[in-house]
Amino acid sequence: MFDTDILIVGAGITGTSLARELSRYNADVIVVDRGADLAEGATKANSGIVHAGYDAVPGTLKARFNVQGASLFPDLCRALSVPYRKCGALVIGFDGKDLETLEALLQRGIRNGVKNLRLLTREEALALEPSLNPDISGALDVPESAIVSPYELAYALADDAALNGVSFRFNRTVSAVEKTEGGWVVRTEEGETVTCRTFVNCSGASGAALHNSISDLPLQMTHRRGQYYLLDRAPVLPFSRTVFQCPSVMGKGVLVSPTVHGNLLLGPNAEDISDPLDTATTAAGLSEVLEKARRTWPTLSVRTNITNFSGIRAHLLTDDFVVGPVSGAAGAFEAIGIESPGLSSAPAIGLYLSAMIAESLALTKKQDLIPLPLRPVPFHEMTDGQRTAAVRENPEYGNIVCRCECVTEAEVRQAIRRPVGARTIDGVKRRTRAGMGRCQGGFCSPRVAQILSEETGVPLPDITKDGGNSYLLSGSLASFLKGESGNE
Amino acid sequence: MNDRHVDLLIVGAGPAGLAAAISAREAGIESILVLEREQEPGGILRQCIHNGFGLHRFREELTGPEYARRDIDRVRELGIPVECSTTVLSVSRDRVVTCVSAKNGFRRIEAGAVVLAMGCRERPRGALCTPGTRCAGIYSAGTAQRFVNLEGFMPGKRVIILGSGDIGLIMARRMTLQGAKVLACVEIMPYSSGLNRNIVQCLEDYGIPLYLQHTVTDIRGRERVTGITIARVDQNRLPVAGTEIDFDCDTLLLSCGLIPENELSLGAGVELSRLTSGPVVAENLETSVPGIFACGNVLHVHDLVDHVSAESFNAGRAAAEFIRNPSGAASRFAVRDGNGVRGTVPQAVSARPREDVQLMFRPSDVFRNAAAVVECGGREILRKKAMIYTPGEMAVLTLRKDLFENLQGDVITVRIEGEKANG
Repeated sequence: MFDTDILIVGAGITGTSLARELSRYNADVIVVDRGADLAEGATKANSGIVHAGYDAVPGTLKARFNVQGASLFPDLCRALSVPYRKCGALVIGFDGKDLETLEALLQRGIRNGVKNLRLLTREEALALEPSLNPDISGALDVPESAIVSPYELAYALADDAALNGVSFRFNRTVSAVEKTEGGWVVRTEEGETVTCRTFVNCSGASGAALHNSISDLPLQMTHRRGQYYLLDRAPVLPFSRTVFQCPSVMGKGVLVSPTVHGNLLLGPNAEDISDPLDTATTAAGLSEVLEKARRTWPTLSVRTNITNFSGIRAHLLTDDFVVGPVSGAAGAFEAIGIESPGLSSAPAIGLYLSAMIAESLALTKKQDLIPLPLRPVPFHEMTDGQRTAAVRENPEYGNIVCRCECVTEAEVRQAIRRPVGARTIDGVKRRTRAGMGRCQGGFCSPRVAQILSEETGVPLPDITKDGGNSYLLSGSLASFLKGESGNE
Repeated sequence: MNDRHVDLLIVGAGPAGLAAAISAREAGIESILVLEREQEPGGILRQCIHNGFGLHRFREELTGPEYARRDIDRVRELGIPVECSTTVLSVSRDRVVTCVSAKNGFRRIEAGAVVLAMGCRERPRGALCTPGTRCAGIYSAGTAQRFVNLEGFMPGKRVIILGSGDIGLIMARRMTLQGAKVLACVEIMPYSSGLNRNIVQCLEDYGIPLYLQHTVTDIRGRERVTGITIARVDQNRLPVAGTEIDFDCDTLLLSCGLIPENELSLGAGVELSRLTSGPVVAENLETSVPGIFACGNVLHVHDLVDHVSAESFNAGRAAAEFIRNPSGAASRFAVRDGNGVRGTVPQAVSARPREDVQLMFRPSDVFRNAAAVVECGGREILRKKAMIYTPGEMAVLTLRKDLFENLQGDVITVRIEGEKANG
C-alpha cells in the first residue's frame, strides 16, 4: 500500500497547474513544498507576462507549450477569478541589426502560430507608447501578449485542486527520493517519509538536482537571477503595454511593463549565481536594471519605487523545458527547466503531464467536481452600491486594514479561510494586496498579524513574515525585561 | 448610502484635525464632523509616549498622549462629533466625501468645506532601493514604535537604525530602555535630520554611535535579518569601497523621512508641491481647490506638534470663514524659495491677510551665524538671525499683517544669508 497515488514536489505555478488537472481524476494527490506557502519560488518573483510565443524556437517544448498555454489563459483566469489583461506588447529595436532581429521574431512568431503580429515604424510605435525612447528604429507589435498575477493564479489553481481533494503540505524539503517495488519513497529533511505510486518533480530551482538523483540522463542547470523594481500605482501609467528590448542569449532582457494591479514593473537583469535560493538584490544588479530600463524609458524616475525583489530562473543548458517521464526512472515524471515562458506554458504543461500520468496509472475521471466559488470583487474595485451592500452584509468590509491598497478586514479573513489559506504576513499580502502598497505594510502589518493570530490560534509572537524563522516580534515587553529568550 | 450634509468635514483626528475642529467651532461653525480611521482620536501622538511635546503651546513638557488628551477633551467639551474606525475613501472637487465604517456602513457626505488632516507616512525601504535580502526584521521606526508602545511587543534584540529622523532617535532610546542593544544609528547626510535635543538625549546619553555620511549597503538573512553592512558615502551619496563595517543584528529600523499622505488630495484634484509633497496653499491654508483646506503633516512634515496645532487652528478659522463667505480673497503674492531655502509654506499670500502670516520652510543645508531674509518687490521686509539653521529644524518666520499694507511687487522671496557649514 502507498500513502498516496501521486506525490508532486513543488507548489509553484507548474505544480499547482498539474495538481488541479490531476484533481479531475480519481486519485490521491499530495503536493509538498519547502516553502511556508504556495508560489514561494520563481512563481512569486517573475515578470507576470503571458507571452504570445514569438520568441521560442519553433519545434521546442517552449514554443509548443507557450502558444498552447497562452491560449488557455483567458478562460482559465475567468473561471478562477484571477486578474489577467491582454495589454499587448512591443519589442523595440534601436538600429538596423535590431530591425533584422524583429523581422526574424515576426517570422518565428508566425511559424509558432502567434496571431496579429506586425512590424511598426518608429513613428507608429511612438504614437502607441509616447514615453518610449525616441531613438528607437522600429518595433514588433504583439497584441496577443498579456499580463497576469502569477502567484494569484497559483493560489486559485491550488484552491481548486484542494477543494477537489488534493492535499498541500508546506515546510517540507525533499532530501531523498528512492525507487521501491511499484513506486517511490520520498523523504524530507523534516524526517517525514511518504510513499507514492507516481512521483512528479516540479521543483523549480531544485529541479535538476532532484532529477539527477533518480535519472540515468544527467541534466545541467544554472540558476539565473533577475532583479526588479516595482513602482507605485498611478492614475495614468507611462506605458500601457509591455515593452521588451530585443532578446539576447541571456533571455528576453529588461522589460518595462504595467502589472494587472496598475503598478509598473522594471526588470529583470540576468546573472548566473551559485546558490539557487539566493534571492537577494544587489547594488550592481539594481543599477544594471535601471540603466537598461532607461534605454526603453529615458525619463524613468524611481521616486515612486515601492520595492525591489529578485527571482531565480531555472535554466537548463539545453535551453528547453524537460517535460514528461523521467529517463531511467519508471513511475517518475517531471517538468523542469521551467524558466520563461514557464508561466505562459504552465496550464498546457499541467494538461499534458496529467494526461500522461492518468494513462500510466489508468486513472478514471471524476464525475462530480466541486467548482471553485467565484471570488468576491475586491472592495477596492467595488462600486459605491456594491460597497454599501457588502458592509451591510458583513460589517468587516467596513474596516479598512490596508490604507494604501484599500483592503478590508473581511478580505484578510477570507484569504486566511481559503481552501489553501494564508498563514503568514506575506501570504495575506499576496492574496489580498494588504501591505503591497506604497507604505509596504508599515501601517497594516501589526493588524494583519493580529488577525492571523485570531484566525489560526497561533500566538502573535509566533506569526511569521514568510515561515521558518522569519518571526516579526522577539517577544512581549514583559518577557524581554525578564530576560527570557523569545525568538532567536 | 444615505446622503447627508455637514458644514465642515475634517479628515483625520490627529493633532491637526482636532485643532481645526476646535477653532472652527470657536469661530461659530455648528455642523462639524471629524472622521478618523483609527479606533481612537489622537493620531500618531498616541504611540509617542515620550515627553517633550507642548513646550511652545502649553509652556510645559507633555507626553504625546497627554498633549492629545487636551485637544480631545476640548473637542468633547465643545460637543464636536468624532467618528472613529471610519476610513475616508474619496474626496471630490465639489467636496463630496465617501467613507466606510463597520458601524455606519458606506456613506456619502456633502460638506460645505473640507479640512485635510491625514498626516504622513514613513518612507519605506523600497523608496531607498537598499539592496540585500527581503527577510523579516526590517521595520519603519514608527511601526516598531507602535509594536512596542501600543501592542507591547519587542520587534528585535540587536538593532541598527538607518536614518536619524526623530522617530528613529526616539526608538533608539526606547529599544535600549526595553533591553535591546542598539548598535548604531546610520545617517547618509553629513548632518542629522532629527532635532538636536534628540541626538543628545536619545543617542549620546546611551552611548549609541551615530555614523554620519554612511548608509546601509547590504541586508543579510534568509528568514530574519542576521547582519547588516554599512559603508561611508562620498559627495554623491554613493558608497565608498573599503569603508564597509559589518554588524551582526536581527533588526533594521528605518527612519528615513516622512511623506505627506495625499492620495485623497490627489483624488480631489488638489495641486501638490514637489518640494513638500503636500498641497500648494495660500496663507489661509486653502488648497488649489476652493473650500478644501490642508494642515499638519499632510501639508508639510513638521518637527513639533505645537506648530501643527498653530497651523491647524488657522485652517479651522479659515474654513469657518469660507463656510460663511465662499468667495474668498484671491492670492496676490507668490512665495518663492531663495538661496538655502526649501519648500516654503504657504506658497501664496493674498493682498490683505486677515492674520499674521507664518512662513515655514526647511533650510537646504546647515548654516551657522546666519539670517533668514524675506524680500518683496526688491525690498527686505524681514530679517531673522540665528546661530544655526539646519534642515533638521523647520524655520518659522512671522510676517505681521500690517506689513502688507503698503507692499510693492508680486513675489515674496525667502532666503538664507550666512556661512554654509561643511558637515
